[in-house]
Amino acid sequence: MIVFENVSKTFKRHRVLDGVSLSIDKGERIALVGSNGAGKTTLIRCLLGEYLHEGKVTVNGVPPRGNRKTVLSHVGFVPQIPPPLKMPVGELVNFSAAVCGSDPERIITMVRELGLDWDMVRSRPFVKLSGGMKQKMLIGIALGRDSDLLIMDEPAANLDPEARHIFFHLLHERKDNAVMLITSHRLDEVAALVNRVVEMDQGKVALDDRVADDVEMTARLDCVVRLTRAEPAFARAMGDWHFSAEEGGQAWRGVVNGPDRLRFLGVLARYAGLVAGIEMK
Amino acid sequence: MNALYLTARLDIAESLRSRWFMFYSIVFGGIVMLLFMFGLTESRILGFTGLSRLLVTYIQLCVAILPVFILITTVRSVAGDRDAGVFEYMLSLPVPLYAWFWGKMIGRFVVVFLPVFGAMALAAVYAMVRGIGVDWSLFVLYTALLVALAWAFLGIGMLISTLARTPDVAQTGAFLTWLVLLLFLDLILLGLMIRERLPLELIVGIAVANPLQSFRTAAILLFDPQMVVLGPSSYVILDALGRSGYLTFALAYPVALGTLSAGIGYFLFRRGDLP
Repeated sequence: MIVFENVSKTFKRHRVLDGVSLSIDKGERIALVGSNGAGKTTLIRCLLGEYLHEGKVTVNGVPPRGNRKTVLSHVGFVPQIPPPLKMPVGELVNFSAAVCGSDPERIITMVRELGLDWDMVRSRPFVKLSGGMKQKMLIGIALGRDSDLLIMDEPAANLDPEARHIFFHLLHERKDNAVMLITSHRLDEVAALVNRVVEMDQGKVALDDRVADDVEMTARLDCVVRLTRAEPAFARAMGDWHFSAEEGGQAWRGVVNGPDRLRFLGVLARYAGLVAGIEMK
Repeated sequence: MNALYLTARLDIAESLRSRWFMFYSIVFGGIVMLLFMFGLTESRILGFTGLSRLLVTYIQLCVAILPVFILITTVRSVAGDRDAGVFEYMLSLPVPLYAWFWGKMIGRFVVVFLPVFGAMALAAVYAMVRGIGVDWSLFVLYTALLVALAWAFLGIGMLISTLARTPDVAQTGAFLTWLVLLLFLDLILLGLMIRERLPLELIVGIAVANPLQSFRTAAILLFDPQMVVLGPSSYVILDALGRSGYLTFALAYPVALGTLSAGIGYFLFRRGDLP
C-alpha cells in the first residue's frame, strides 16, 4: 500500500532523511519510534505530500504530492502538536467534512464516542480547548470518515484512561482494513497498539521488526498491586490511573487498558523496591 | 462543495473574528467620521466641494495606510499560520493547493476591501441624507481604484509570505516593500532623482512601476492635472498617455501586478515545502 524508496530530505545541508526504504501493507500497524530529530515527522510530511524529497513515495501506486486529493482522501492525520486554529470547533468539523466529502455527523458521533460534550465545544474556538479535548477532536476528524491510512503522532498522549480505551477500541475496529502509522518518542507508549516497529535514528531506519502480542487492543485488565508499605508518592501515581486503595494503601486495585500495560509497568518500575506483588488478568 | 469557495469562506470567517480586522475597520470608519466632523464636505479647496472633497482626502489617506495594512496583516497571518503548524494540519486534508492559495487570497481580498469601501459607501449615504451632492462617477472610479490597489498589495503580500520562511522575515520584508514604494512617490525620492539629473527613462520607469504612484495620480488627475500637484514624472506619463489612457493604466496595472505577484507566489508555493 505504501512504499518509501530511497527517500532523502535535506534542509540547508542538514540531511534529515537519509535513504529511507520501507514497504507497508494493509493491516500493518507500525510504531515509528526514535528520539527528537530522528526524522519521524519529516518522513510523515513526505508521506502527506507536504515536503519535496529525493527518492520515491507512493500510496497505492501514486505519489501523494501530485495526487493530493486521491491520496489524502484516505488519510486520517493526527499531529503531535494541535494547530492553533481560532475557528470554532463546529466550523473546523464542517470544513474537514466538506473537503473530505464526508458527513459532519459521522465526525460528531466519533467525537461523542470519545467522551466529548459536542454541544459544549461546538461553538468554542479550537485553540481554547484543553489538550485532551483538542486531541479528541483531531482523532474524531481523522476517524469520522473513510480513512484507511491513519497517521498519528503521539495520538493518545493527552487522553484520559477512558478515552484511551475507546480510542484503542476504534483503532481495533479498523485494524485489518487500514494501515496505521503511529509515532512516538517512547516505544512503551505505543508498543501494544502495533504489530511492527520501525525505529529511526539520524534519518535512517535503525530497526524494522515484527511484534507478536496476545493481548487484544480492546482488552481491559483487572489489576492488583501489593506493596510492602503504604507510600504517598505511589498513591499519587496510582491516582493518575484511577486505582483505588485497599488495606490502608498497601494494596491498589484498578483496570488497565491492554495497550497501556507496558506503560503501566513502566510506572510500577519506578517503585520496584516497594512492590511486593502484581496481578494482571 | 467547491474547495476554493470553502477555503475563501474559512479565511473570511477567520479574519472577521480577528482583532486586526476590528482595528482595521475602526481606522477606516474613523477616518471618514473625522473628515465629516472636521467639516470637509462644507469646505471648498482647489475646486473640490461637497463629498468630492471628502473622497479626495479619504483616498489620499488610503494611499498611505491601506497598502501597509494589507501587507502586514497578510504576511502575518499567512506566514504565521505556516510557522504555527496550521498549514501542516490543514494541508493534510484533501484540499487542492490552488484552492488553498487562491481561496485564501480571495477571502482576504473581500475582508480588506469591504471596510474601505464600506466607509466610503456610508459617507455617500450620509451625504445623500444630508442633501450634500455626490459625484457618482468619482465614487465608481475610486471604488475601482481601491479594488486595484487592494489586489496589487494583496498579491505582493502573498508573494512575500511564500518567499519568507518565518513571520518575522515576512513582516520585515512587507514593511520594507511598502517603505520603498512610498519613498519612490513622485514628490519624494523621484523629485530628488530629477534634481540630480538622473536619466529621465529611469525616473519615468520607476514612476510607472510604482502602484502607489499610479493610484495617487489617477485619484487626483480628474480635478487638477497640474505638475505642481501631480509631480513631474506623473505629469510626463499623463502627457504621453492622456487622461483616459492613464486611468485605464492606473486600473489595469495594479491588477496585473497583483495577479503576477500572487501567480509567482503560487508557483513557488506549489514547488516548495508546504509547512
